Amino acid sequence: MSGRQGPSSPPPRRILSIWLGALAMDRWHSAQEQVEDGPLVLIADTAHGPRIEAANAAGRAAGARAGMMLADARTLCPAIRTAPSDPAGDRALLEKLAEWAIRWGPWSALDPPDGLLVDVTAVAHLFGGEPQLLEDVAAAFARRHLTIRAAIAPTAGAAWALAHFGVQRSILASAERDQADMPALLAELPVAALRLDSDVLTVLRRLGLKRLGELTTIGRDALQRRFRNRRSPAANPLVRLDQLLGRVPEPLLPVVPQQMPLVQRRLLEPIRHRPLLDRVLEDLGEDMARALEGRAQGARRLELGMWRVDGEVMVRRLELAAATRDPAHICRLFAARLNDVDAGFGIEMLRLRASWAEPLALGQQDLEAAAEQHGTSLAACIDRLSVRLGEGAVTRPVLHPSHIPERAQRWQPPLAAQAPAQAELAFHQRPLKLLDRPERIAVLYATPDGYPQRFRWRGGVHDVARVEGPERIAPEWWRERGAARLRDYYRIEDREGRRYWIYRQGLVGDGRGGLPDWYLQGLCA
Amino acid sequence: MNRSTMPLETLSQNCDVAALAARRSIRWQPGLAAQSGPVWHSEVFASANHAGGAAAALALALDDWRHTPRGEARETQDCRAILWVQTREAARLTGRPYRAGLPEELRHRVIHVLAEKPEDALFALEEGVRCREIAFVIGEVSGNPRALDFTASRRLTLAAERHGVPLYLVRLEAARDLSSARMRWEVGCAPSAAPVWNAQAPGAPVWQAELFRARAHPPGAWLLGEEGGRLCAGRKRGPDGEGEDESPHYNWTGGLQQRRRSRAARR
Repeated sequence: MSGRQGPSSPPPRRILSIWLGALAMDRWHSAQEQVEDGPLVLIADTAHGPRIEAANAAGRAAGARAGMMLADARTLCPAIRTAPSDPAGDRALLEKLAEWAIRWGPWSALDPPDGLLVDVTAVAHLFGGEPQLLEDVAAAFARRHLTIRAAIAPTAGAAWALAHFGVQRSILASAERDQADMPALLAELPVAALRLDSDVLTVLRRLGLKRLGELTTIGRDALQRRFRNRRSPAANPLVRLDQLLGRVPEPLLPVVPQQMPLVQRRLLEPIRHRPLLDRVLEDLGEDMARALEGRAQGARRLELGMWRVDGEVMVRRLELAAATRDPAHICRLFAARLNDVDAGFGIEMLRLRASWAEPLALGQQDLEAAAEQHGTSLAACIDRLSVRLGEGAVTRPVLHPSHIPERAQRWQPPLAAQAPAQAELAFHQRPLKLLDRPERIAVLYATPDGYPQRFRWRGGVHDVARVEGPERIAPEWWRERGAARLRDYYRIEDREGRRYWIYRQGLVGDGRGGLPDWYLQGLCA
Repeated sequence: MNRSTMPLETLSQNCDVAALAARRSIRWQPGLAAQSGPVWHSEVFASANHAGGAAAALALALDDWRHTPRGEARETQDCRAILWVQTREAARLTGRPYRAGLPEELRHRVIHVLAEKPEDALFALEEGVRCREIAFVIGEVSGNPRALDFTASRRLTLAAERHGVPLYLVRLEAARDLSSARMRWEVGCAPSAAPVWNAQAPGAPVWQAELFRARAHPPGAWLLGEEGGRLCAGRKRGPDGEGEDESPHYNWTGGLQQRRRSRAARR
């Protein structure tokens, strides 16, 4: 312990937890013109009628609680007013607040649905100490009309517990530096401070365990035995207790703000002609290339917005097979998409946005220029093809785990990673080409379950000269309905040497239909 | 400058006529790409009721690919993709490539392009031969579309020669129209070789191939087949079992004559 207090030892971990207990209500109030004092609840529609998601102070005084049905609250207070709740908006506000909270520490994390965690390790002295830091936090949130409770502790679990159930603005000293006895200090908190699921809390309440201190009195083995099947931390009190006391690490996912590269041109004169539009697009492409180069990224998706004088907005979207920032390539791809643009009275603003970018290292320029004379790269070729022919036109065949031949092959984008698959069996002779759907043929045979002798396909009669088979492929019972019939595949060659892959669907007397049909599915090399 | 005013000297200055004639007298055989490089633009005419056209095009492409000498600057292992362009009509007639039935070394390389119209297919073929990361391009077009005229095929030939990516265009159910392809084949089906173990079963595939127009070779007919991963060409079997067309002076205009004859027969 004493060795870690030297000047070179890392400062102890400090986490700031902020609980926005009335986030939805505060957000609703800030959106209103004037604040009204009457009882008000925010409701969400459920299968059993409207349910209360949040209530203001007057509403709570009238008896409304979050989670209550609105009808129950109306019996208590008929004058209650309602407004719809907006969880997506609350979440968006929370994400904005998480970015904003980086002002107090190097990184912050979301703590859904209504909390934030900020790492304030070795930061507090910038604000004059941890109490002053907490006062600054409270003042900053008060300016935004958001009510919060905040606490600082060595672990995220302890900070969360104190923010929710501790004294307002409590600070838990670090165990390593100040020899503070964390279990003793936190013993009086309720078990709900462990961030557990509600059914686990019910179990603990029925066991008579109400405070954190009581969890340690019955012994670790007993709790371990009781919750041995619960793996997730939110369902296992022991894991949560260890996280609270810092015995096991708790990974947090920090919020990293990212901005999309965006370039735009406002035009002095609205443009109506294609050559001018191409010129502006070239400028935008070069600006975008510079913006992307500064971030060592290449664009995968680009959106070109064109604002017309009369208020119309036209958007052209482009997806690229591989990350690129080559302005000539981008302009060429967009040029094919701009043919149907109706400029109307003129376009006054263009905006190019890379809504999906991937890392792309800087390449040697002159090598690329030399390669330009030798040909385009595969990614550029695929981009051009898919821009002209459509999204699904350029594909690559990949294996899929299935016995049925037409299901054993799927088509995926050409540059996507190929999933690992079991190799084909070498003794399975497969045709070179497979028809999109098997074509019915009329077959003459000596016996219904014997070799075919002659068949008619697309109006021509083929005499079977050589035949190999059957290769029996059973239906996939786990995927198809019970009446699906098996297939007997034959590789055949007719008198003129044309080779086909045909199958008989079903057997005579298999109880799944009448006489079996024959189909031609593939053309062998 | 039209053809009548073009002086004759320019022809003899630009290309060595004697060398051209000497090269032209070499009969085609598999593995010729090792000496003279691959043929950049070939056409394979075939019927749409068997897969022989695409299979023979693949076999010719693989033969050229294996025998092309690797340049100094190239990697020792070629991991380039191949582009397989089909019009929707061609895909409906003869189906799409099936990965498990493709030659072993091509299975992971195939990139398939499905074009709605012949114009789109031509665009895709040209983009393919202009791409340096593609080993060769296979195209399948059915019939004689208006878009695929002599100008279009000349354009494809020039692009393929400039960028060094071979193009093998399979023409399904097509008449022998004008084209600038360097080699033009007519591929039919032939009874397969006898298999070793099961005499009743179809054996290794064999195609009856006729080279009816070629820039560098006299025309001829062969039975193409693959043995041990290599293309081999046997003499075409005559009706009495003997080899035909033994004479070294095969009629050069045979292809054109046959075309006239086939038109007359159709009429």
